[in-house]
Amino acid sequence: MTTVRAPGFVLETTVNGAPVRVPIDPGELLLDVLRERLGLRGTKRSCEVQVCGACTVLLDEVPVSACTLLAYEARGRRVETIEGLAREGRLHPVQQAFLDASAFQCGYCTPGMVLAVKALLEERPDASTDEAKTWLRGNICRCTGYASILDAVATARRFMDGRAATAG
Amino acid sequence: MLGPLEIHQPATAAEAAELRARLGDDAAIYAGGSELLLAMKEGLGRWRHLIDVKTVGELHDLREDGGALAIGAAVTHRRLERSPLVGARWPLLRETEAQVANVRVRAVGTLGGNLCFGEPHSDPPTALLVLDARVVLRGPRAERALPLAAFLVGSYETALGGDEVLVRVEVPEPPAGAVGAYLKFGFHERPTVGVAALVVPAGHLVREARLAVGCLGPTPARLPRLEARLAGAALAELERGVDCRDGGFAELDVVSDLHGSAEYKREVAAVLAGRALSACAARARRAA
Repeated sequence: MTTVRAPGFVLETTVNGAPVRVPIDPGELLLDVLRERLGLRGTKRSCEVQVCGACTVLLDEVPVSACTLLAYEARGRRVETIEGLAREGRLHPVQQAFLDASAFQCGYCTPGMVLAVKALLEERPDASTDEAKTWLRGNICRCTGYASILDAVATARRFMDGRAATAG
Repeated sequence: MLGPLEIHQPATAAEAAELRARLGDDAAIYAGGSELLLAMKEGLGRWRHLIDVKTVGELHDLREDGGALAIGAAVTHRRLERSPLVGARWPLLRETEAQVANVRVRAVGTLGGNLCFGEPHSDPPTALLVLDARVVLRGPRAERALPLAAFLVGSYETALGGDEVLVRVEVPEPPAGAVGAYLKFGFHERPTVGVAALVVPAGHLVREARLAVGCLGPTPARLPRLEARLAGAALAELERGVDCRDGGFAELDVVSDLHGSAEYKREVAAVLAGRALSACAARARRAA
């Protein structure tokens, strides 16, 4: 049996494709490590109780709430934040779709929404609007409204289909 | 930060049980953390040690064993929702798991953690009650099994001993031809009321009906009087909708809370029970 404690515990993980080694206390939350230690402020703090989705990041491609996850859980795994989506100055198709559909207003929920939609479409490329509604139940927007966000999902689905076709 | 914390990584369930016995109230069992970390963030509990039971291999098992589904305590809601085995042979459990909270909670939250937390406003225990599930607990020396109804003692209270860990949940396969439904209603993240129904048809009649209601009181409860009344009923009558208001809700320990008054919650439960039975009957007819 092993026990992890500070000092001495070094979190070894991958964030947005790059290896990261950071000494932490096992009691630190992933949200704090991302924002305060790694300077990745795109992941937002909001409800703190896994309801709103503003702190959504992907852990091995699956959405999780960074606010209620020990950073310890990221050891040996891949974390993806909103900062990791654009490639060589080009937005990810889901980001572009949110722009094209004007699917944000204040933008606070957007990083979490974008990551949740990316995970959905990678898991189910042909997800219906109803499936998208169910999937996004845990991502709350308080200003844009959901219609344009669902439009963005439909647009992103077309973009990603096109990308798959091009790649194929 | 929730710390300073020490996280222990036992290799076996026995080791986890020994750690609990040794560390006592300074330690909490930690699995997905979706309940525990919230309690710690809110200051409702403070522990210096967490025992990470996810490092125990057998707690991740998900398999059929002698006609029952054996679910390791650290299996996540997401795995249950997506498991082809669960979907094919325990569809009521799949339907319930797919409705737990949201996709992020399901990704990390475990069935074992859910049951051990004893949260009254929860989905899985209600469905597991109609499926006659039992839990297997490991102490420092031996295992013991308990029916789920005996494990869930009260609000945030279970029969888990201070030197025990939940190892697995065992769910017998429902009788041949059985159809189930889980319906919930609520305005908040947690359900206001959840109802699970399981109907075993015999031709166009009901051979056996099982109903459980959750979130009304400290623990979910079966409705034996209503179940007895429904045995022998016509499936067509169930499908049209039976009035469940005199189904034994008056005798249940119902609590007024953030979700509504006891009277309101009873009424919602009766409506959901009728709809769940109707859904079962409709599914049975389509399957026939």
